[in-house]
Amino acid sequence: MNTRDTGIDAARQAEVVAALARALPASSVLFQEEDTRPYECDGLTAYRERPMVVALPENEAEVQAVLRVCSALAVPVIPRGAGTGLSGGALPSRRGVLLSLARMKRILALDPIARIARVQPGVRNLAISEAAAPYGLYYAPDPSSQIACSIGGNVAENAGGVHCLKYGLTVHNVMRVRGVTIAGEVVELGSEALDAPGFDLLAAVVGSEGMLAVVTEVTVRLVPKPELARCILASFDDVEQAGNAVAAVIAAGIIPAGLEMMDRPATRAVEEFVHAGYDLEAAAILLAEADGTPEEVAEDLARMKAVLEHSGARNIRVSRDEAERLRFWAGRKAAFPAVGRISPDYVCMDGTIPRKRLAEMLRAIARLEQKYGLRCPNVFHAGDGNLHPLILFDANDPDQLRRTEQFVAEVLELSVAFGGTVTGEHGVGIEKINQMCVQFSPAELECFRGVKRAFDPDGLLNPEKNIPSLHRCAEYGKMHVQGGKLPHPELPRF
Amino acid sequence: MTDPVAALADAIRAAAASGTRLRVRGGGTKDFYGQALAGEILDTRGCAGIVAYEPTELVVTVRGGTRVAELEATLAREAQMLAFEPPHFGAAATVGGMVAAGLSGPRRAAAGALRDFVLGVRLLDGRGQDLFFGGQVMKNVAGYDVSRLLAGSLGTLGVIAEVSLKVLPVPVAEATLRLELPEDRAVETMNRWAGRPLPVSATAWRRGQLDVRLSGAEAAVRAARGRIGGEVVAPGEADALWRGIREHTDACFGAEAPLWRLSVPSATPPLGLPGDQLIEWGGSLRWLAADADARALRSRAAQAGGHATLFRGGDKSVGVFQPLAPAVAAIHRRLKAEFDPHGILNRGRMYEEW
Repeated sequence: MNTRDTGIDAARQAEVVAALARALPASSVLFQEEDTRPYECDGLTAYRERPMVVALPENEAEVQAVLRVCSALAVPVIPRGAGTGLSGGALPSRRGVLLSLARMKRILALDPIARIARVQPGVRNLAISEAAAPYGLYYAPDPSSQIACSIGGNVAENAGGVHCLKYGLTVHNVMRVRGVTIAGEVVELGSEALDAPGFDLLAAVVGSEGMLAVVTEVTVRLVPKPELARCILASFDDVEQAGNAVAAVIAAGIIPAGLEMMDRPATRAVEEFVHAGYDLEAAAILLAEADGTPEEVAEDLARMKAVLEHSGARNIRVSRDEAERLRFWAGRKAAFPAVGRISPDYVCMDGTIPRKRLAEMLRAIARLEQKYGLRCPNVFHAGDGNLHPLILFDANDPDQLRRTEQFVAEVLELSVAFGGTVTGEHGVGIEKINQMCVQFSPAELECFRGVKRAFDPDGLLNPEKNIPSLHRCAEYGKMHVQGGKLPHPELPRF
Repeated sequence: MTDPVAALADAIRAAAASGTRLRVRGGGTKDFYGQALAGEILDTRGCAGIVAYEPTELVVTVRGGTRVAELEATLAREAQMLAFEPPHFGAAATVGGMVAAGLSGPRRAAAGALRDFVLGVRLLDGRGQDLFFGGQVMKNVAGYDVSRLLAGSLGTLGVIAEVSLKVLPVPVAEATLRLELPEDRAVETMNRWAGRPLPVSATAWRRGQLDVRLSGAEAAVRAARGRIGGEVVAPGEADALWRGIREHTDACFGAEAPLWRLSVPSATPPLGLPGDQLIEWGGSLRWLAADADARALRSRAAQAGGHATLFRGGDKSVGVFQPLAPAVAAIHRRLKAEFDPHGILNRGRMYEEW
């Protein structure tokens, strides 16, 4: 993790500022150090770089103007939503314009009959659900940062949340995106109908980390709020047992509204912080939620309880009321800040693996804790195999920083070796760009670059994120893992 | 035995070298769909079989040449299903063709489209390169979502050698109800249902009759029956009904007249079009069997915020698919050139010029 050199070419800066000043009001173009400093990082605070210029357009025409200027001057553009991203996708460039969509934060339309909301990119995720609440509707994806993160950023990252297994990710809940290409052209992808002619460019743009187009408007699907939700809190003496219980729930034909797991170091950290009432003696706890009509909830709860008991749960509690359900969740949702309290710094990983490899992964992480002398509490979206191990370290200690980076790299590479991916929902950004060389072959990476060229031939939109260059992979020098199989799988790797 | 994926890749490489155009084909059940067919047939059926299926992971990985019916039978043995309820249009339909066509059936409005269930692909591009995208896990944001980009690409970007799909448990209970309603009231009613937590899994309105299917937990289906009302359709009859809608054998799809598919926002009031109409997907999908003027129909659909496809029959010179906006069309052309630089794969199947 490094802070890049902040040297900015003053002449170039003056040129870009002058050109942007012809397109935007003066108050929408920032370049003085004290004004641009707040934009030097996103949620991945270990990486910082001061942007050459910050542009704050207020409408789509201004976004077009900024992109035309940048395109003409060949200036890189880094789009930014609320800046809560965890992978450095909005890390600025000292040679580039940081394009903040924060001023475009209006809900343009909400149609309770058609169950859609048309919003500007800077609208907060939770604000959509709040606006829809009077109609008994909500926007389903609920990343932990939902009080702050913006829908434009959610589109860029294909954000998930704790209810994805049943309700899907951003890509499943966004119907249409209006955006501007680097050439300054407006494109509409997807539709307020259920499909659109041609290729599914909407799917390509969702999760593209702001590298294909700048989002200026989003139509999201709203879904009826379940009449009732209740949550089971189950504790296990053994982490492996808890992992197997997750598979058993799914095998029983149940799709829980949420299925989360935390290990003992994680429950202990959060319990001190929020007093959720977790069983601190348990090696792991599971949160399993059922939602729907009262009839459905009763039926699903009974089935899940039976499965969890059969899987060896040592204690099972079912939320008696909404307050208790929210308390069960409060611990899980506060996991990151709680861990932040017990360590000067932490890094959150985001690999996803097939559920059946969960126990194996936990054992490997325990071994790596020993190897690197660092603690690593674990929280997981167990239902969809998405892991968030949190490595605790002190960034002021260069050796700890180095060990942390190696620890992260080993876990991510193991995720690929287990047939999974280096990132389930936080994005590649700058953080996991080296591991992309492990997950994908040179030809696959070149195909990604082809997709990029089709939208942005000159490579000006958020360059050097997400898709590593050939050169970068050559430097990193790790093996590519094909189809989840490492070459020579018989060799021990720890 | 030669590796069937390698055999397909060799055939693509040879065609690329000689500039031979290929027509990628599985069971040929969707030959009717898209613009004119051209090129030498590249038969994908040799590349068949289920690669991996673990019911507790809710994922199946299957080769493109596998028959859809075989895949569905395998899933049914574990009480699981393809939740997007794909149409087969014939027993020979293959999984690769299903993904390339990108079509979903009656459950689409409730469960999601085919593209929503695609988790990963093994793709042979127009150079014959063997490429893996996505994977077997539910959440994966590494790189661009090339897998979903292939859903509905009509084989113009590459040959789907393997695909990993999310599968779901078969609902425990199911019931179909029938109500008599005129078109405008039916559209309103379907939208109202969709805004409430009801287990509606399919809707179909035609000729003054609205059929609605409920799927889910036993108790939920029972409770919803009370709220929706109408007459219960006998289970056997209901199965035949939804199959007829999925497979277009229902009388409403017509036999002679061209079949138009209008995809519009769900709450769009009746379009006032001549001819026999069938409305699905809570109002979002309107089928019209009629000799209609393409230009008028497309402008009507666009006005409503949707698009019109000449799904089957008719004069394809009007263009099967709604024309794209120039900036979007340019991205399509560039994507095609990146994935298939020699322009050999299903050329002209989606839009004539490429």
